[in-house]
This record gives sequence, structure tokens and C-alpha cells, in this order.
Amino acid sequence: MTIEDWLASACADADRRGLPGLKPLLSALADATRALRAVDWDEARSATPPAWPSATRPRQQPRDEAHPGDGAPR
Amino acid sequence: MTAPLHFHTITELAPLVAAGHISSEDLTRSCLAEIAAHDDVLRAFITVLGDDALAQARALDGEIADGRCRGPLHGIPISLKDLIDQRGVPTTAASRVREGHVAAGDATVTARLREAGAVFVGKTNLHEFAFGTTSDDTAYGAVRNPHDPERSPGGSSGGSAVAIVTGMSIASIGTDTGGSIRIPSAACGTVGLKPTWGELPCNGIVPLSRSLDHVGPLARSVADAWLLYLIMRGDATAARWPLPMRRTIKGLRLGIPRAYFHDILDNEVRGRFAESLAWLRQAGAEMVDVTIPHAAATSPVYLHTSLPEASAYHAATIAACPERYTPNVRLRIEMGRYLLAEDHVRAQVAREVLRADVDRALARCDALALPTLPIPAPPIGAGTVDVAGTPESVRSMMLRLTQLFNLTGHPAISIPAGSTEAGLPCGFQLVGRSHDTEGLLAAAAACEPHLTA
Repeated sequence: MTIEDWLASACADADRRGLPGLKPLLSALADATRALRAVDWDEARSATPPAWPSATRPRQQPRDEAHPGDGAPR
Repeated sequence: MTAPLHFHTITELAPLVAAGHISSEDLTRSCLAEIAAHDDVLRAFITVLGDDALAQARALDGEIADGRCRGPLHGIPISLKDLIDQRGVPTTAASRVREGHVAAGDATVTARLREAGAVFVGKTNLHEFAFGTTSDDTAYGAVRNPHDPERSPGGSSGGSAVAIVTGMSIASIGTDTGGSIRIPSAACGTVGLKPTWGELPCNGIVPLSRSLDHVGPLARSVADAWLLYLIMRGDATAARWPLPMRRTIKGLRLGIPRAYFHDILDNEVRGRFAESLAWLRQAGAEMVDVTIPHAAATSPVYLHTSLPEASAYHAATIAACPERYTPNVRLRIEMGRYLLAEDHVRAQVAREVLRADVDRALARCDALALPTLPIPAPPIGAGTVDVAGTPESVRSMMLRLTQLFNLTGHPAISIPAGSTEAGLPCGFQLVGRSHDTEGLLAAAAACEPHLTA
């Protein structure tokens, strides 16, 4: 479905349901959908290099390392 | 201590309560007195638990007298955003839709805080169902910013931030789906932490958008936020106090994402942020420029994720009693019902790309640093604000710098960092590596004294 067809259909339904105040929001949502579809996200995902080369991948600090034992239990 | 009791941090109060030098009852009475004095105007609370809170406090004082201290939260008055269940108390979500509701049990985080000795003074006001960033669409009256009552405190956890700033509670628990802990923290001048997604349980909390929802603390210091985070995580280390904040500012490497994040900033916010970076650099922090290549797509991806999730949760009530919602929130829920499934799926792929973008930026530094809000607190009810000479939508401005990290799940914290000439607070946001919320907190604790100086 094209965005234009979707918007026309959604606005007609908003009118039918007595919600004219929804139409500007639907129009803004159509703009957002255009922006979303402007990127080929599957292609972007395939082209994304790994964030952490294996040699530099951070590890989560073990609990005892993060809190090395100072401060007596209350 | 020269300031009244209810303006101190948990860190300062905990040893005094534990030693019996001050009573939880006196502390709780002080907070309740502030609520009585100011809440008619500020509307931070929906439910105040006066007698019940005092009974909790007296019982906890009795434990101290018997030699039992539960830990640093013992006897400390806190508040809960009224989206979070507390046994026997209504959870209104600031909506007439939930009239008559009384929680049968505690949310998991409430139960953990109760076990740790918290005193619950009340449930705080919010943007209805957390579906907004200004806390003015609520069935209980718009929340007002204590720094200027004609302005919004931010939202959706607006009442929680106001409660802390005014001494109505020592700390508060909020939720964050697009920035709802960090936004009011920045607008009011508190610390607000959104942990890594999924770390703290959200059961017993009214959802907005389940894949974006987080629960977390608002507090007067990073140390207090850290403590509350550990307790809500169910971590036994929360019994150890003070926390070993070993990270120093020297050598802390901050990544500064500028493209998109600095494109639209109020001039005073831009100036305060530049000053903050200068102070941190002078103290020994290192700065490196980083990029989030797909950041400009944040808002469309967010909308196509949050709207259908919210509409799914509200489907039955929006059909049965639409007139019970505030008009703006009703329209936003209705909007989500029209969104196409294929675009929701696209947005989920986009989230993976954004997550990888943020991970890659964080591979070059210890934390990202950026303003929390691009503008100071806006006037109540404003639809647009002037930003450096251009009218901008309040809603998109409020979410602009926070919502990305809900999409990616990275932990993020807002710390007070100066104010505008009119006295409106500015927030400094740090973003940490996924599943290393404590690393973020350590970095924030190292930065904190240099930001508030």
C-alpha cells in the first residue's frame, strides 16, 4: 500500500468515526512513515560492521570486581 | 546539617536513621508537611498516604530501637509514580479510565523497596498513562514546575521530579519509555536513571510500550540513584554502604555525538553543555567525537514501535470508554491503530541498526555525553517553542535526545548541570554500554561534582 493510499483511507475512516482531530496526526504519521521507508533497513543491517572486534569486546564486570569488598555488610 | 531534613540525600540520612539520631517518623512528617504546604499548586501527588506512611515509619523506628536496621533505605520516605502498583492503593495512571482500581499486590520493584525499609508517602502525578512528555494531560490537573509554576516539569514522571525538588519525598521511582525519567529530571534538576532495558522487572507496572518501557529511580544524587537501582534489581550488595565509587574523572573518555544531537539546541542549553564539557576536560576527562550514522531516523522508528504497542494495550478500553481518556492521549492511542504492520516490522529492523550504531560509538569511549533536553522546561500547554529562532514542536523537542536509547536499550542517566538565566535547570546526559549500568553510574558519579560546581 502506498503512503498516499494509506493516508486517504485512514483520514476517511477518522471522518466516518467522528474524529476529525485525528487527521493532522495521521498526516504527521505519514511523514514519519516516508522517512522510515526512505532507508532500506535490511540493506543497512547487512552493511553494518560489528561494533566490537573480538579483541576489544568489553565484558561485563563480574559483581565482585565492581564492588571489591570494601564497606562492611550492615 | 543546616538544610531541613527532607532536603538531604539518602546517603546523608541513612547513617542518622540507622543510629537513631533522627526518626523515620520525623522525616516522614517533614515530607508530608511539604506536600500539605505546596501540592495544591504543584499537583505532584495523586494519592498521599499520610496516616499509612506514618504507621510504616513508626514500625521501622521500632525496628531500629530493637537493633534491626534493614540497610541504607531503612525509614527513608520515597514516592512511586502512579503507574506502579502498591498493595491496597489505587494505581490511577492519571486516568479516569482506571477509576475504582486498587492494586491487589505490590509491583516487584515496590516489594523490593518495601523489604529494604522504604516508607511510601504517596503516588505521584504523571502524563496520563505515561503517554506524553509534559505531565499536563492528566485527570488530576497539570503538574507544575517548582522553578516556574507556569512551566511544565517535563514528563511523564513529572510529579516524581517535583516531589524530590520540593522535599515532598527524598527520592522517587518513575518509568521511562522515551525519556520519561530523564526528561523531568533535566527539567526540574534531579538525577534520573534509565537502566539497561530488561534489568529491572516491569511487572505490576501499567505498560505504555513493552519493548521500550523501563523502570528506574529519580533522586538527589548519583549515589542515591545507584542505591535504589541496586535495591530494585534485588541485589544483596545494596546492603553495603557507602558504595565504592572508584572511578575517577581522570582519563574518563567521553564520546560526543554532534550530528543530529546538536543540530537543534536552545542557545542557553548549548552554552551550558559546552561549559560542562569544559569543566570535565579541565578535571581530566578526555573527549572524542563520535557519530550515530542513522540517528536522524530515531523519531520515525520510535513512532512505528511505540504507537502500535500502546494501542494494543489500550484496545479494549479505547473501544469501551474513549471519553474517559484526556483528548490528546485518546488521539495518540487512536493513531496507533492505523499503523501498518509492515512499517512496524521495518522499525524493528531499524532498531537493530541503531543499536549497532550506538554500540560502535561506545567502542571508542566509556560513555556518550549529550544534553538531556534541547530546550529548558516549556510553558504548560505550549504546542510549539522557539528554538534559536525557529518554531519547533514541544513533543518532538522533549523526546529528541532521549528516545534513541529506549529503542536501543542502552543505560542512560541525566545529571543536573547548571541552569538558564531564568533559573530553569539543564540536564547532562550520559549513555553507557549495554548491560553495564554500573559502569555508567561510576562514570556519572565521577562527573557529578564537576557538573554541579
